[in-house]
Amino acid sequence: MYFKLKIWRQKSPEDKGGFQFYELDDVSPDMSFLEMIDVLNESLEIKGVEPVHFDHDCREGICGTCSMFINGRPHGPQRGVTTCQLHMRSFNDGDTITIEPWRARSFPVIKDLVVDRSAFDRIIQAGGFVSVSTGGVPDANEIPISTNIANEAMDAASCIGCGACVAACKNASAMLFVAAKISQLALLPQGKIEAASRAENMVVQMDSEGFGTCTNTEACVAECPKEIGLVHIARMNREYFFAKQSSENISLR
Amino acid sequence: MNLDAKIPEGPLVEKWTRHKFNIKLVNPANKRKYDIIVIGTGLAGASAAASLAELGYNIKSFCFQDSPRRAHSIAAQGGINASKNYQNDGDSDYRLFYDTIKGGDYRSREANVYRLAEVSSSIIDQCVAQGVPFAREYGGLLDNRSFGGAQVSRTFYARGQTGQQLLLGAYSAISRQIANSKVQIFPRTEMLDLVLVDGQARGVVVRDLVTGKIESHSSHAVILSTGGYGNVFYLSTNAMASNATAAWRAHKRGALFANPCFTQIHPTCIPVSGEHQSKLTLMSESLRNDGRIWVPKKGIRGLTAKDALRIPEEERDYFLERRYPAFGNLVPRDVASRNAKMVCDEGRGVGATGLAVFLDFADTIQRDGRDVIEQKYGNLFDMYKQITADDPYNVPMMIYPAVHYTMGGLWVDYNLMTNIHGLYALGECNFSDHGANRLGASALMQGLADGYFVIPYTIGDYLANMPYRKISVDHEAFQLAEKHVKDRIENLLNINGNRTVDDFHKELGKIMWDYCGMSRNEEGLKHAKQEVIKLRDEFWKDLKVIGTHEELNMSLEKANRVADFFELGELMIDDALQRSESCGGHFREESQTEEGEALRIDDEFSFVAAWKFTGKDQPEELIKEELIFENVKLTQRSYK
Amino acid sequence: MNWLSQTLASSLGKKLIMALTGLFLILFLTGHLIGNLQLLKDDGGQAFNEYAKFMTTTPIVKILSYLTYISIILHVIYSLILTINNLKSRPIKYAVNRQSENSVWTSRNMGILGTLILIFLVIHLRSFWYEMHFGSIPTIAYEGGGQIKNLYLIVVEAFSHLWYVILYVVSMVALAFHLTHGFQSAFQTLGLRHLKYTPLIKIAGLLFAILVPALFALQPVYLYLKNL
Repeated sequence: MYFKLKIWRQKSPEDKGGFQFYELDDVSPDMSFLEMIDVLNESLEIKGVEPVHFDHDCREGICGTCSMFINGRPHGPQRGVTTCQLHMRSFNDGDTITIEPWRARSFPVIKDLVVDRSAFDRIIQAGGFVSVSTGGVPDANEIPISTNIANEAMDAASCIGCGACVAACKNASAMLFVAAKISQLALLPQGKIEAASRAENMVVQMDSEGFGTCTNTEACVAECPKEIGLVHIARMNREYFFAKQSSENISLR
Repeated sequence: MNLDAKIPEGPLVEKWTRHKFNIKLVNPANKRKYDIIVIGTGLAGASAAASLAELGYNIKSFCFQDSPRRAHSIAAQGGINASKNYQNDGDSDYRLFYDTIKGGDYRSREANVYRLAEVSSSIIDQCVAQGVPFAREYGGLLDNRSFGGAQVSRTFYARGQTGQQLLLGAYSAISRQIANSKVQIFPRTEMLDLVLVDGQARGVVVRDLVTGKIESHSSHAVILSTGGYGNVFYLSTNAMASNATAAWRAHKRGALFANPCFTQIHPTCIPVSGEHQSKLTLMSESLRNDGRIWVPKKGIRGLTAKDALRIPEEERDYFLERRYPAFGNLVPRDVASRNAKMVCDEGRGVGATGLAVFLDFADTIQRDGRDVIEQKYGNLFDMYKQITADDPYNVPMMIYPAVHYTMGGLWVDYNLMTNIHGLYALGECNFSDHGANRLGASALMQGLADGYFVIPYTIGDYLANMPYRKISVDHEAFQLAEKHVKDRIENLLNINGNRTVDDFHKELGKIMWDYCGMSRNEEGLKHAKQEVIKLRDEFWKDLKVIGTHEELNMSLEKANRVADFFELGELMIDDALQRSESCGGHFREESQTEEGEALRIDDEFSFVAAWKFTGKDQPEELIKEELIFENVKLTQRSYK
Repeated sequence: MNWLSQTLASSLGKKLIMALTGLFLILFLTGHLIGNLQLLKDDGGQAFNEYAKFMTTTPIVKILSYLTYISIILHVIYSLILTINNLKSRPIKYAVNRQSENSVWTSRNMGILGTLILIFLVIHLRSFWYEMHFGSIPTIAYEGGGQIKNLYLIVVEAFSHLWYVILYVVSMVALAFHLTHGFQSAFQTLGLRHLKYTPLIKIAGLLFAILVPALFALQPVYLYLKNL
């Protein structure tokens, strides 16, 4: 297969950046999208050109590292997959493929297609945990949980933190990501104890990172490689409003 | 050099309890006076960093990924073992211990393995308390499954994403401590050297991968939890950036590297589709519960899955069922892998490359119905179809073995301390618990056992004797190490040759896979050693790395790692060569029974092979730690 | 009341205001429609004029109408704040962005639809609300009712112009699209989402979004045709 590639190149965070055009021939339809970029990079390096930098690691769709905006969509044209699981057979011979980094104020570009997603980590640090220390916990079976609650919590917990939700959202909103964690822990009895302060603190952190606000376009859900549902955003909203009207936290946070 | 594993006295079941009582404690008020560096944020690293921070130590945690949540523990699918005996099917700490020792083909330490089994139950309690959404039964209690041919159901799981969920649990714990300012996190930062002062591990030199800045960090102890070295083979189920650099640099500073040749090959991976292949995707071993493995009796070049439907039953060879009537398709990983290789070597492999065998669900679908299969394996079937474009509901899957896990690693004693004082190794990074072969669902167990329940005790024993005084990073030892690191990076950038890192890495991987992979022999290993040395020389003469070191430069990162893989690869070959028995994942063709099965030689090889670095281009020195079995009787495995 | 202002200033708080004001305006539309349906009565405008008097003089209705004004103003102001903030969240746009693959047009263009509705609202209020409150409208006497303002006359006059009728119909189409997203979206924002009830909300929202603007649009068309 033959492709024309239009790739965003940016030397550093300060650099203005711009698109570069490349052509690539003899691409096997069995290649993954990232392997196609590997081939491009090999050819660039041989020519003495700096290879295209992109984030990737496990290449089996679970680590959440890969992050490319391909032909106008995060993780490319297929639903429910990450870029690393996208194969070239999903494209037509001769296609022009435009590759851009995730675009959001809260995800600044580091280089080429690599962005800084540490805002997500800071949101989790604000409360995306159950405050238990190692040891001294009850026996695992002392906390029975119905299968449908466990399943729904698992649906939310399957978030890989890739940021496709932010990338897809017209408002660059992180609500699906934040909701997935708030919802997972609000569903489980272990997490209920500090559900109110968790919802309050994580939303404050989300806002301070500069993400936009959800307008329920549902683009995040459509592009989430783990197909996490809108029901979790609804639960986050409930948790937050409930926390705000019932908690005794009256300070500014 | 005499290796002391520091195994506590007393009966097996009391060793850990007694040891916990006997070791020294650090006063709670004094813990804040100690700094500990933890490298890696996988299950072992994140759980250790969080647990130690909870105790009051100051932790600096480093990972090369952009977030601690992305360490490769996340990719483990199957589950985590624990001897809870929730199923009332006769499990116990002792049985888990026994299965692990036996599964490791009697090449691991009894005391370490028993402790692993003993703390396994606490891991499940801890993870549930953190909110890990394990699978449950309708009554609300935890569900278990039998895994990897175990006779009891002791595996806890969270869909096919157990590793992810456990890692996110540990990540949440470390996040809490970051918020608490007890853990300082350094993402996109890679350790490039270990710093010793007066023979003690007192810090590390790291490179900020974004700015390229080389920096030193000082501490009272250093913990390496950096995973395995399967990427020596280029193609493996490891993540692209998984590497051995931290462990290898520690080795070059004096830490012994144990059993490097013990690598595990996983039988059910999606086969290589062509030259461009960058990594291999594992599919859960559970597929073998219902799939039947076969190849045609007579080799057919380029047989596709679609054409396989036309091959009549009598022309198919269900080779595992034929050779192992008792276990059939459920023989252990190494046996299944080796047999697949054998039929492919006979020219009966299938697919475009001839390096694959069929895993066929047609009979099961006919027997149980498509719905049942979909429920059990739906996501795996979808994944397979996504990658190969073949639909396993209609045509057989193709599978081939791939490098998956490395049992070898840094030598550690019972306290998980290497022979360097103050340097610890946890998880896959150490060698200690899996012997020559790891059981399914035991890697997650070991990583978390080490991090949550072993190191928080044992490190106190060491620190209790340490003065509080911190060492400045202006100390000469740091300056020298920094210079060493910088020189090496300069060297890599200045070669200015013609071949890319990947090109070299691929070639190294091929040599290792061909000669030090599923089946090894003396002649091949000797040949491979020459090849690796030759290639390594060429690497240092003809490598091409574009860009500078003062920026994000992923080619440079890779070059730095591959340079270490060359040296480690050589040591793996040396180790495979000296161990002229077959055991676990290590199959030496010279050591097999008349029926072609692995033959262990306990009289000669019942030891841990710990290798000592003696200098550049010098042969490494082999130091043996005898393995003493007081509780189990050594038997030959048989799956006939 | 730090906590309250902080809550309302948060991203979720702003959404809450949008949802609550939106839902109140939906209620208002329902009431307004019921009243306006009097226009369709063939009684020379008596029912409508009496309705108009009732609306401008009853105290409880007055309170409701002030709530409506506040809702409109808050809905507009907060939508502006949110839109500006959301634009800032992505300073560099994508060169290629295929949003149509992952979301429906209306959900992404509530701002444009809302602006059209706002423009319509200004014209609409100037024509009728302003006239009713501050203009000099001829009065009419009904049996037992005394002299009341004959708003009906103004309405009939206004809808005798074709361009004015078209403006109303087009605006109601915009309102319909605004409601298709807004109705169910408000429930989602309030966190009211359930496997059983969300499909009902969506159907109710769709019916409302079609039916209500259609009935509103019917009136100018009816009056225009009737008086042709």
